[in-house]
Formats: sequence, structure tokens, C-alpha cells
Amino acid sequence: MFKKRISLALVLLLCVGLLAGCGQKAPEEAEQPSENQVPAEEQLKIAMTTDVGGVNDQSFNQSAWEGLQRAEKELGIVANYKESKQDADYGPNMETLLDDENNLIWGIGFKMGDLVKEEAEKNPDQKYAIIDYAYDETPENLVGVVFKAEQPSFLVGYIAAKMTKTGKVGFVGGVTGNVIDGFEYGYKAGVKAANNGTEVLTQYADSFTDSAKGKAIANQMYKDGADIVFHAAGGVGDGVIEAAKEQNKFAIGVDRDQNALAPENVITSAMKRVDNAVFNMAKDLKEGKFPGGTTVVYGLKEGGVDIAPTSDKHVPADILKEVEDLKQQIINEKIVVPYNEETFNEFK
Amino acid sequence: MKNKKNSIKEMLGSGNFMITLVSIFLGILVGAIVLKIAGYSPLESYGVMLKGIFGKPKYILYTIIYATPLIMTGLSVAFAFKTGLFNIGAEGQFIIGALVATLVGYFVKLPMGIHVVVVFVAAITAAGLWGGIAGYLKAKFGVHEVIATIMLNWIALYLNNYVIMLEGFKRPNSEASYKIWDTATIGILEKWKYTAHGRVWLKVHPILQSIFKTPVNLGIICAIILAFVVWFILNRTTLGYELRSVGSNKYAAEYGGINVKKSMIVSMSIAGALAGAAGALQVMGVSKQVSILAAMEGYGFDGIAVALIGSNGAFGCVFSGLLFGALKYGGPKIQSAMGAPSEVVSIVMGTIVFFIAMPKFIRLLVSLVKRKEVK
Repeated sequence: MFKKRISLALVLLLCVGLLAGCGQKAPEEAEQPSENQVPAEEQLKIAMTTDVGGVNDQSFNQSAWEGLQRAEKELGIVANYKESKQDADYGPNMETLLDDENNLIWGIGFKMGDLVKEEAEKNPDQKYAIIDYAYDETPENLVGVVFKAEQPSFLVGYIAAKMTKTGKVGFVGGVTGNVIDGFEYGYKAGVKAANNGTEVLTQYADSFTDSAKGKAIANQMYKDGADIVFHAAGGVGDGVIEAAKEQNKFAIGVDRDQNALAPENVITSAMKRVDNAVFNMAKDLKEGKFPGGTTVVYGLKEGGVDIAPTSDKHVPADILKEVEDLKQQIINEKIVVPYNEETFNEFK
Repeated sequence: MKNKKNSIKEMLGSGNFMITLVSIFLGILVGAIVLKIAGYSPLESYGVMLKGIFGKPKYILYTIIYATPLIMTGLSVAFAFKTGLFNIGAEGQFIIGALVATLVGYFVKLPMGIHVVVVFVAAITAAGLWGGIAGYLKAKFGVHEVIATIMLNWIALYLNNYVIMLEGFKRPNSEASYKIWDTATIGILEKWKYTAHGRVWLKVHPILQSIFKTPVNLGIICAIILAFVVWFILNRTTLGYELRSVGSNKYAAEYGGINVKKSMIVSMSIAGALAGAAGALQVMGVSKQVSILAAMEGYGFDGIAVALIGSNGAFGCVFSGLLFGALKYGGPKIQSAMGAPSEVVSIVMGTIVFFIAMPKFIRLLVSLVKRKEVK
């Protein structure tokens, strides 16, 4: 009896062997053209670790990956990513990318803030970069990249205040903290700048992923009379946009141009060009100008933030013209957009 | 010694062991087909995976670290199963264990050594009570434990998120709690390895350096001790005898004078404590904190599969937990090495687990082959 089982197992082994045999040819064929494509002897390798949102999160992880892919095409680097399923994956993923001998390793999102610094200190020869995190003391082999999220939020706040018919607009935040504060107070300042007495309803979801909660909050806001809701809450925002779609109200997207999620309802988006930041860093690295030990700040001036290019579909041209004007004023530092409660109270 | 030999023979003879092996094999085979269809070489992919698991000392360490909580949630499910209960609540009990461990690890200040014990005991007590709720509901009101534990999972999840958001526990600008004090951690030489002296010493010893790059901790030792404790309780104590007889036939057990209701509560409490131990050790050894959970992390659910593969035996769980840990750690490495999208990797992992978890089908296959041969 035991023999028969063993023979069964051996047959299975044979099957695997056959299959594997077939498999080996394919990559050889595939490899050749790619070798021809990139003649450079020293190819840069850049990889990123996503946070638990994953690489298709419709938000900054996806945006970062798009930036790396663009760098792969235009700069001829080798791009790669490692997805995290749980918080416990961040450390091992960083280790794996370290062993893959990448020239630069990205941590995407502030959740990895402490960890990336620890890794950078542990491995002084490896270059690291992180999105959405600024350190008090940045090690020489690490770059923090932050965005002036308050600037595009200011612009969409202005648009919202100009376009609302009910005199009420909403803001849905993820979890309170420096990053989301920038969105909230920039948005409120934008509404204030429109100067037409528009009221802002604010609520936090205490989550970046609970889309059902986002939907419930947005529904409540629409019920309370708001007709445009802006979200800065990652996956929670999917629910906000869904609610807008169902109730036929307006929503404002975040991080990426989210118009595609609901073309009739997402009037504009406060974009953080994570892709540009990732791309630029690849370029700097290639040119040997890696800004180690510093924090890179991306604002309107640097092309790191903006409102969505699809805004002209819903926003009237005259408002967009005013927005363009405001944009120039921000770039010229005539307007300094508040980024937290304190600066907001001082604003105007 | 003789006993051990007999039991190994039994394991092989009963076909369970062989069937498990065959199903692991089939899973890998179908996973290979999936990879082939997606356009990636299966052999190379599995090569990457194996290298990613055994290639360096630290990979093996990581595999063990990934396996540790799964072994214990597996033990939790297996223990309940042996006593006739289906504990789907290991997930929630894990969350409660982790949460209480972090609370006690952060708010209570005790000297080294004692602190670890206090944290551990508090966590398993809380998780044991949490598991006991389901047992009590079943014993008192006949609420099926599957329903009760599933609901308790969600309550645990949201309780966890609520407590983390409380002022004074949430670390500012993060989605996580404060970290536990060093006195409550079970990492091995955690402080020393980052000191100047430690770094220099480790540079000279590359193997140890590789090992100490991981959060090495005492968790796995704890898991193996717990596996032994589970085996001992079930097979060498009166309590275990009672629990097992309730599992085999509760009417006969009741007729034999065993308090069935009490044993249900006790069994669920022990199962809860085991899953809670997983959560506590994960916090003390690896994460040092608890984070807001968007969804279940899956330690408990994977524990069900671990228990199934380990055919509900205490030591079976240790091995199947290690297998699962290896899959969870090594599997996703295909992604960065081969450039395979994470979806393909998830499908392959899913298929392997799927086949591993259905020994019935494999048993059928094996018996069909046998029947043909008889003819």
C-alpha cells in the first residue's frame, strides 16, 4: 500500500517536471529583446514597498508605482514593487528589497515612517526615500518627501465654495495628524477665500480604508444640506464618491485624478503628484544628485501638487480662471496657505 | 521512545500524513499551471520561493517569525476541534490578546522579566474570557459557536480600533498605539545589536549578523512549549479526557457523568487563551504595538487551515504552521524577483492552500487509484 502511494507521488513529481520543462523556454525568448532595449551597462534598480493599501489603491501607492513605471520607460531604470498585506510585512519587505540590491528603496506612506528611518540607520550603504514623512534628523542615506497638500486643497476649497448651491460643503478626513491637517485647513482656507459665507461640515472617519464608513458620512453630509464633499481619506473616499454617485451630488477627489471613478460627480481632485516625486528622484539618482539627508518639499511651484486636469468638465471656465490666478499668487507667495489650525486662525 | 516510533508509524499508516503530502504536492502543481498560464516559468518561480525561504539564515528566521502566530492560532482551532467545537473566533481572540498585551505593556511599568510574564498572563486571560463568552453562550442558550465567534470577531476588531483611537494611547501622527516598553519585549538581544559594540561584533560574524537583522524573539519557543502543553492537557489529564469524550459524543459523555456545559466553556476558554497567546507574542516579539485594522489580518483564519493541515494534532500544527509561514513569507517574493503582479502570486498561494485544505478530495483520488489497481 505504501509503495503505491509513493508511486503516486512520483508520478506527480514527473508531471511537475514536465511542466517546468515547458516553462523554461518562455523567459529566454522574453529576455532577449529586453536586453537589446537597454544598452546601459549599469542599470539603476529602484523598488518600492507599498503600504497595506496595495499597488492598485486608486491613490498614492498606485501613483507612486506609475511614477516608477514612467521612470522605467523614460530613464531605463529597473522598477519593482513589493506589496504589504499587513503592518507586519513592512520590515520583511524592506529586507527583501535590500537583498535584491536595489539602488534606491522607497517606502510609500507615512505608516512606514519610523521603520524606514530604522532601516536607513541599520544599512548606511543603502539609499532610502519615503513619501509623506519629514524627519527632524534625516540620515545621510535617506530622503523624506512631503507635499504641500494645503495648496491644492485651497484651490479645490475655492472651487467648492464657488460652485455650491446650498451654501454648505463637506470635508471627510481619514485619521487626524499633520498630513490630513494640511488638507483640512487648506480646504477651509480656500472656502474662506471665496468669501461668500459658505459653511464647511467636517468629519473624520478614523480610518483610511473603511469605505462603508466614508459612504455613511457622505450620505449624512448630503442629507444635512452639503452638495459638494471633499475627502482626504484614501480608501474611505471610495465610499464618499459612491455616495455622490448614488445621490447625484458632487464630490472632490484626492491624491490622483479621481474623475474616472464617477465622471459625472467628481468635479475636480486635489492631486499630490507622488508619481512626479518618484520620477524626479529617479532622475536625480541617475544624474548623481541624490538629495540624501534632506526633506524634499513639493508644492505648486515645483509641480508636485495641482488640481486635476479634468476639472474643466464640470467647473465653469470663469471659476477656473480665478483658480489659475490664485495658483499664481500662491506660487509668488502672495498667498500663504495655512496648514494647521493655528495658521488657519491667523489666515486673513 | 517506543511510543514515538509507534505514533510515527501510525501517522504514516493511517494515510493522513501521505494524503497531506499529496495534497501539498497537488497544490504546488496547480499553482505551477496558474503561473504557466500567466506567462511565468513555474520552475523559476518556485526556485525563487525556495531560495527566498532557505537562501539565508535570516530568511529561515523570518519564516519562523511568520509561522509563530499561525502555529498558536492553529493550536487554538485544533484544541476546540478535538473537543467538538469549531472555533472561528481565533481571529478575534488574537486581536484581544494583542490589544491587551499592548495595553499592559505600555501602561504598566514593571522590571524586566516580570513585565513579560504579567503582559502574557493578562493577554491570555483576557483572550480566554473572550473565547469563553462563545462557550458560555453555547452552553447556556445553545447559540452555535460558529455564529457567536464570527460576531465576536467583528466586535473585537472594532473594539481594537476604538481603544487605539483613545487619547493617550494613540501615537500622534500615526494609525497605531504607542509602543510597549522594552521591559515587555521578548526580542533576543534587541538593544545590544544596535549598540556600537554590537554592530562591530556582528560584522565579524556574518551568519549571526544576518540572523540578528530579523526581529528574532522567543515566540517560537513559546509556541512549541504551548504545543506540548496542548498535547499534555488533551492526552494526559482528566480534563483532557473529559473534553475529548465530549468531542467524540457528548450524549455518551453526559451519560458517563461529565458536565458537558462546563466542558464547552472550559474548552472555548483554553482555545481563546491559545489564540490570545499568539496575539501577545506577536506584539511582544515583532510589532511592539497594535494598529488600526481595516480588515481582519487573517491570523485566525489561517489558523483554521493550519489546524486542518496538521489534522488537529498539537505537533501537526507546529509543522503545518511552519509550512504556512513559509508560504506566506516566501510566496510574495515571486513578485519582486519575477515581476509577476501580486494578483498572480495571490492566486498561486490561494490554490496551494486550497488543495492543502481539502484532504477529502485527495483521499478520494487515492482510493480511486487503489480500486483500479485491485481490479
